[in-house]
Amino acid sequence: MMYDFFVDLLGNEILAAIVTGVPPLVFILVFVLFAVWLERKVSAHMQDRLGPMRTGWHGYLQTIADLIKLIQKEDISASANDKPLFNLAPVLVFAGTYAAFAAIPFSSYYIGSNLDLGIFFIIGISGLVVAGILMAGWSSNNKYSMLGAMRSAAQIISYEIPTIIVVLTVVMITRTLNLHTLSEMQTGYFWNWMIFGGPTAGLEKFLLIPLMFIGFLIIYTSMLAEVNRTPFDIPEAESELVSGYHTEYSGMKFAMFFLAEYANMFAVSAIVSALFLGGYQSPIGYLGNLFDAPWLIPVEQFFWFTAKGTFFVFVQMWLRWTLPRLRVDQLMALCWKYLIPIAFINLIIVGLITVL
Amino acid sequence: MSFETKKNITVYKPAVKTEEMILNMGPQHPSTHGVLRLELQLEGEIITKVIPHIGYLHRCFEKHAEAMTYPQVIPYTDRMDYLASMGNEFGYAVAVEKLLNIQVPERVEYIRVIMAELQRIASHLVALGTYGADIGAMTPFLFCFRDREKILSLFEMTCGARLLYNYIWVGGLSHDLHPDFVRQTRDFVTYFKPKIKELNDLLTYNKIFIDRTSNVGILPLDTAINFGISGPMLRGSGLKWDLRKDDPYSVYHKFDFDIPVGEGKVGTVGDCWDRYYVRVLEMGESLKIIEQALDQLPEGDVSSAIPKRIKPPVGQVYTRVENPRGELGYFIISDGSVNPFRVKVRAPSFVNLGVMDVLCRGHMVADIIAILGSVDIVLGEVDR
Repeated sequence: MMYDFFVDLLGNEILAAIVTGVPPLVFILVFVLFAVWLERKVSAHMQDRLGPMRTGWHGYLQTIADLIKLIQKEDISASANDKPLFNLAPVLVFAGTYAAFAAIPFSSYYIGSNLDLGIFFIIGISGLVVAGILMAGWSSNNKYSMLGAMRSAAQIISYEIPTIIVVLTVVMITRTLNLHTLSEMQTGYFWNWMIFGGPTAGLEKFLLIPLMFIGFLIIYTSMLAEVNRTPFDIPEAESELVSGYHTEYSGMKFAMFFLAEYANMFAVSAIVSALFLGGYQSPIGYLGNLFDAPWLIPVEQFFWFTAKGTFFVFVQMWLRWTLPRLRVDQLMALCWKYLIPIAFINLIIVGLITVL
Repeated sequence: MSFETKKNITVYKPAVKTEEMILNMGPQHPSTHGVLRLELQLEGEIITKVIPHIGYLHRCFEKHAEAMTYPQVIPYTDRMDYLASMGNEFGYAVAVEKLLNIQVPERVEYIRVIMAELQRIASHLVALGTYGADIGAMTPFLFCFRDREKILSLFEMTCGARLLYNYIWVGGLSHDLHPDFVRQTRDFVTYFKPKIKELNDLLTYNKIFIDRTSNVGILPLDTAINFGISGPMLRGSGLKWDLRKDDPYSVYHKFDFDIPVGEGKVGTVGDCWDRYYVRVLEMGESLKIIEQALDQLPEGDVSSAIPKRIKPPVGQVYTRVENPRGELGYFIISDGSVNPFRVKVRAPSFVNLGVMDVLCRGHMVADIIAILGSVDIVLGEVDR
């Protein structure tokens, strides 16, 4: 573990904690730069356009140019704003997202904090995002922001329920909440992934496969809703609410929301892949084992982890540029009438299978 | 320079009373299709009343027309429904020709019909694309604009302009067709037919899209008639009423085409989806008309009937044409001089907008967007 390594190296736990916390931040920043560019290119190619082409090769520097623009912009805040809350909200939203990265295992050698309650910590700390969004909507003193924030709070809280139920389903099989241990259990080849029944064997595995698929679909849908992406982007529904809770924000404060959104996209993709698709485990074995080079394994694991995460981020973009947006009541109906009952039934059946 | 913080601004004062929230949607808003301001009274997210406020784009077209000669009015008609300029010019030309009692050559009539139908497709593409964007699907929007671009190129080839043409003149046309126009239009027709299916696959039959638009903003037929609704909105409510068939002008009686009406295929007759789908089907019908007109296109001179000096006799005339948004009427009074005494326009968008309050009550804020998009207004025409 990296944290223990740094404690040995620096001889100071606080310093070690700070140093261990830096890699996720760097990762978030780099990933967001890449993801924003990817989003532009994906949308452009889906719509018969080219997207950014002029800044660097196929416009890959466009995001950096945008970042420079955002830094230069005036930090506007209206006189009727609730200043402390208004300034705190973007930080809180980003903090909630960043904190979630602490318990995500990037490889078998790197996890920010090897918590035994990993997955529950992530779900809990994500609640900060709701608080931040509500604060943003309220303090903006703008009706559109307020509507967006209320919608967002209702949506995120509702969709946490199916998420947690599906997490419970997985936990019943693996008997651990620690994402690191969870990933370790899915080692070997891809048929050991949770979506294929996990490390179980025989009839039990055969019975679990369809149930795990259902669980995977449910958790991915509700995670999509939790990060406010289309078809669930109701809180910032551009054509209705201008841009929802961040209507009044500009410059770097807006950039914080933006950063949090893309970081969140990766976080949920990472959680889904850690729960169901083996996390950092390779589907086809390791080159490190093949060539007897153990130092290669963490690199490969990091690659597979990023690849899986990026793939699910890509799917989110794909959906965004294909589907229209649901209405608030339809969104709630989907959650309460379909996802939660199905998730419950799934939970009960999986429970019976694991007990028997 | 420094800005002082105003201390006298009243912010929320906590008080134990409830009141309806009033939300001003527009005139600057991403999806009011121009500078329309909707004053919404909300109870939570439920709408209790909608008051449209118009006039942000008023340009005194009707008054202005009185100070101009008859041909000078034509460029200003372009700017009313700027997504269907050809249709506006067409209606005005038909009205003045009726006042002058002149016959235009056959070729002119055919070219006018081709232009009007191409314009109808272009206009419906904008309506459908922006409707998709209103519901949250951005990709159909760009697909529609990609196809509209090809129509605009055809117009550009014909008269040099892409949006405001000044092409259809009283008694004729400003230019004859480009020699390559017929071939390129045929190419476009073959290109565009599969694109309608693409739009249907991507948006029309999308489950989420149907959920959002079916059984929303239902306009019963009697209400529609009472409000004087026309165009795809009226046909969406189930009445087969199209001036091209029911009060034929120009050479429309020579073509074989259907009038699609709303059938409540996925919901109730007269809901947003029906209005949307009528537009999709109308594009196919327009293609039929264009194909027939290209086949029958006669030879001839397009400017032979243009009068040197337009000075109609004393009298008045009302003509109406079927524009993409509905029934566009021109009422012109002539006092025998070179300027019209009065020009009054019956703008379909303006009349259709009147029914907003009836359609929106009891729906949610998100539905306002869906309903407004299905009414398909152009503010240039509402305010004139």
